[in-house]
Amino acid sequence: MRPLTEEETSTLFQKLSKYIGENIQLLVDRPDGTYCFRLHKDRVYYVSEKILKLAVNISREKLVSLGTCFGKFTKTQKFRLHITALDYLAPYAKHKVWVKPGAEQSFLYGNHVLKSGLGRITENTNQYQGLVVYSMADVPLGFGVAAKSTQDCRKVDPMAIVVFHQADIGEYVRHEDTLI
Amino acid sequence: MEARSAEELLARAERAEAEKLRLITVHKDLELEFDLGNLLATDRNPPTGLRQRSGPGLEAQLRGLARDNVQLLINQLWQLPSERVEEAVVARLPEPSLRLPREKPLPKPRPLTRWQQFAQLKGIRPRKKTSLVWDEASKQWRRRWGYQRARDDTKEWLIEVPGGADPDEDQFAKRLQAKKERVARNELNRLRNIARAHKVQLPSQGGMHPTGYQSRAELGKAMQVAKVSTASVGRFQERLPKEKPPRGPGKKRQFQPNIGDFAAEKKSQLELIRVMNSKKPRMDVTRATNKQMREEDREEAAKKRKVAKGRGGKRKGRPLGPGGKGKGGPPGPGGKRKGRPPGLGGKKGQRQGGKRRK
Repeated sequence: MRPLTEEETSTLFQKLSKYIGENIQLLVDRPDGTYCFRLHKDRVYYVSEKILKLAVNISREKLVSLGTCFGKFTKTQKFRLHITALDYLAPYAKHKVWVKPGAEQSFLYGNHVLKSGLGRITENTNQYQGLVVYSMADVPLGFGVAAKSTQDCRKVDPMAIVVFHQADIGEYVRHEDTLI
Repeated sequence: MEARSAEELLARAERAEAEKLRLITVHKDLELEFDLGNLLATDRNPPTGLRQRSGPGLEAQLRGLARDNVQLLINQLWQLPSERVEEAVVARLPEPSLRLPREKPLPKPRPLTRWQQFAQLKGIRPRKKTSLVWDEASKQWRRRWGYQRARDDTKEWLIEVPGGADPDEDQFAKRLQAKKERVARNELNRLRNIARAHKVQLPSQGGMHPTGYQSRAELGKAMQVAKVSTASVGRFQERLPKEKPPRGPGKKRQFQPNIGDFAAEKKSQLELIRVMNSKKPRMDVTRATNKQMREEDREEAAKKRKVAKGRGGKRKGRPLGPGGKGKGGPPGPGGKRKGRPPGLGGKKGQRQGGKRRK
């Protein structure tokens, strides 16, 4: 376990800023105590200072997880967000998309969101913008990337992909053994 | 009156004595075990008094228990032989009986020297030699080594020139030289053993020693060293075509401490966020164009309405413009249909979306 280097921090923040914009500031600078990002076995954990101090007592090999896993760095040093980060991304999300109840299940099985399943989408969403996917009852379901901008969404046919799937809460069941 | 006061005094003194005794005597069901050398007392009585698990009563009970046990320990100390050292009463503690575990881990066994390794491999055992040997010359028992040793060849006043040797050679100097070399070689071996024990890379290793066979990696390393061994540290050294630049000694990555300065960490991260945000263009171009387009639409619509109003009397039957907003008509040019694009407008936006798809 170690703090992130400058490059890693900037990779992480760039990824996060696709979803929550300048709201990362609220994750870094919190009024309710000190929180920080730590790298452990290529995974980035968002952890409070209190828990971090407890976790340093555990040896590197034995430590499985601490705090909340935000994602992991690939071997090419790219950052992949994990579904566990949803709890922190959803409240601050800049761009959201709501899926219809009929398309919810398909999304939770790991499929992309089609135009037919699109309920609502935040105005002025650009193409390839990070999105947080909600059900119509405002329950965060996961996140994805906008395949079309809001303007283009109107014109495309119902079977066109509107949101690329990235992570969904169905992974808690599907990837139970690998999700930390 | 006097007798009564005397009685009273006696009674008071007795009570005071009893009170004092009460303070220093402690009743225990099981005797405590003492290890006075370590100033340790072990109380084997079950803590039956400690009924409650928390609260202010528990703290008081624990304190009381500790006080009683310390009192017993102090009582034991007073029974030890004591003496007075510089106006302080000092008790002589017995040897501690409880063995405390050692503070530090056991020292690691000393790594074997090269010779010890070889001897172990061959099963050579060190032979015991007496330190004193009989010296025939002086008819005395003398040390095997060192000062005034038996059979001391450095003290000889004459050395026979060995057969086949150069007669002009100084045999004394030769012996001295041989001794010096032996000492030097021994010292070198000693240092080598230390280096091997600490796993230090010796300067002669790594392909730079002239051996019959050098591996590819060793040769590369030797070449690299040779290249930078010029007056300009290899700066103006010519390179072969397609030759890769030499890789210098890799720089080890240094990370910040895990539990270090959290405030500084936060500050640098906030600074990073600030820089990231400042790189973003202030104006969102798509958003601005959308706004502009909407405004134009609105203006146009207002103009049309005005025109329609002006001719309103004549066209009463057709409230819709020629753009074809009616139900069966072809859709008008993109974006002109409604003033508001779908957005977070709640149900209205959604309904609008649904209608459009029909």
